[in-house]
Amino acid sequence: MTADTPSHSPQTATGDAFDRPDDSLRNVAGAYRPIPFSRLALWAVVLLVAADFSAVVATNDNFGWPVVAEYFFSPIVLDGLFVTIWLAVVSMALGVVLGLPIAIARMSQDRLAQSLSWLFVWFFRGTPLLVQLILWYNLSFLFPSISLSIPFGPTLASWNTNDIITPVTAAIVGLALNEAAYMAEIIRGGLLSVDRGQMETAESFGMRPMRALWRIVIPQAMRSIVPPTGNQFISMIKATSLVSVIAMADLLYSVQSIYNRTFETIPMLFVAVLWYLLITSILSAVQARIERHYARGDRQIPQAAAKDRAATEQEAAG
Amino acid sequence: MTSGMAAVTSGRPILRARDVHKSFGDNEVLKGIDLDVFASEVVAILGPSGSGKSTLLRCFNQLERIDRGFVEVDGEQIGYRLSGGRLAPLGVRAVAAQRSKMGMVFQSFNLYPHMTVLQNVIEAPVGVHRIPRREAIATATDLIARVGLSDKLNAYPRQLSGGQQQRVAIARALAIRPKVLLFDEPTSALDPELVGEVLTTMRDLASQGLTMIVVTHEIGFAREAADRVVFMDGGHIVEQGRPDDVLVSPRHPRTRAFLSRFI
Repeated sequence: MTADTPSHSPQTATGDAFDRPDDSLRNVAGAYRPIPFSRLALWAVVLLVAADFSAVVATNDNFGWPVVAEYFFSPIVLDGLFVTIWLAVVSMALGVVLGLPIAIARMSQDRLAQSLSWLFVWFFRGTPLLVQLILWYNLSFLFPSISLSIPFGPTLASWNTNDIITPVTAAIVGLALNEAAYMAEIIRGGLLSVDRGQMETAESFGMRPMRALWRIVIPQAMRSIVPPTGNQFISMIKATSLVSVIAMADLLYSVQSIYNRTFETIPMLFVAVLWYLLITSILSAVQARIERHYARGDRQIPQAAAKDRAATEQEAAG
Repeated sequence: MTSGMAAVTSGRPILRARDVHKSFGDNEVLKGIDLDVFASEVVAILGPSGSGKSTLLRCFNQLERIDRGFVEVDGEQIGYRLSGGRLAPLGVRAVAAQRSKMGMVFQSFNLYPHMTVLQNVIEAPVGVHRIPRREAIATATDLIARVGLSDKLNAYPRQLSGGQQQRVAIARALAIRPKVLLFDEPTSALDPELVGEVLTTMRDLASQGLTMIVVTHEIGFAREAADRVVFMDGGHIVEQGRPDDVLVSPRHPRTRAFLSRFI
């Protein structure tokens, strides 16, 4: 076993630093590096098992890979995929847009704002999303018509509930309100993580509270808001599959509609599984980039800092 | 209670505090403070911990609301407006506008960690005072040079030593051309070997005719750079006057007891 580790021979000491007989041999730069046989063996075992498992999956006819391939890009599946993506994006965006003021309200000194935001979070986080979706979809049983009016006063406008609540609106309202409750808590946690002195400093320089939040506190809070928000978005992609219960044709609903006809249940579910995995992988990559952006100013991450610095340098020079 | 008026009592005071009281719950921290600060004057506020000196400074900048009395800055009462015999609290905008006339330097620097040194300094001039970006950058670059950090223009606060961060904080406070510059124990959070560089910067400013109110434990700085020393204890101003008088031959036993600890 002749290990071809580099420069196994002792190096010549520069100067008189290594002044005793064995000193140059003791130089750790020339230390023997053992080959990690046990680690390599472990890798080999794991790769072997993985290869065997892949072969079993690939050759097992029950998985129906040709069927998976056939339907992977079928128009019905792609339509469902499109619905899943835009539904998740719209609901998530609304969730964040609603969650931010709710978080700010919960942290405010105002008792009314505090109570209302607490009530919102309490209800929408405390009941199952599935129940909320079905309730929104069946809102017409509770309120046959929806009207805009002054409390105990005259009605300004009125609509038939069934005209407003379609599967699409029920899905968006249900997902967005539920998401807003979670996002409010995530954002609140992020805002709490920023040193109180930051808000004080910004205000002592004459910034109005909203500007101080926007310019000083929120950018710092983003570091602890982004990771759980990424989680939420990925959950949201999968949560959209719940809307199949209110007859909304998302990705899962589309594959179901196909296997209800062809009885190729497993292959069609795999079509959905692969698409879900693909989207969430892309989202994870995007999340990593966003996290790097908000880590600027942190000593540990020199690349992001250097990039940002280059930008201001240009600005200063310009 | 106030023993003797200021050494430099020329012209109209830029800051007037009268009978200022402040309590946190049952704990009365300020028990009737009267203080005048004149333009270009450097006032050092000394006193033991818990004497209320930091709270007083925070009241000047409306980080705390006072319970009784009033504070006037540049002829304008802070936090309230007197019109037709009725004293009405100011709204958020008006309070922000008043605060924007004062610069504050904090004990723990409080630089914005997600912004570079330059961005920290231009934030208030651009965002609050609506100074054109280009002009603000030019001014900020000069100020950062004045505190000796030209080579750190694009560094982030976390990449700087404590002393450097505090000098940036001073440049940031100067960038808004404040009527009054407030320092809240600016060297207390620094390693001993970094105190000197910050005090040197502050001495420079003092000699340039800025109006400064400095809450500090640095007796040496108070003696060399201050026009007047105010000694606080237990929520009162116990003694005030020229540094040579108050620091060398204090009249009040409290002042004597406090100063004896530094010799």
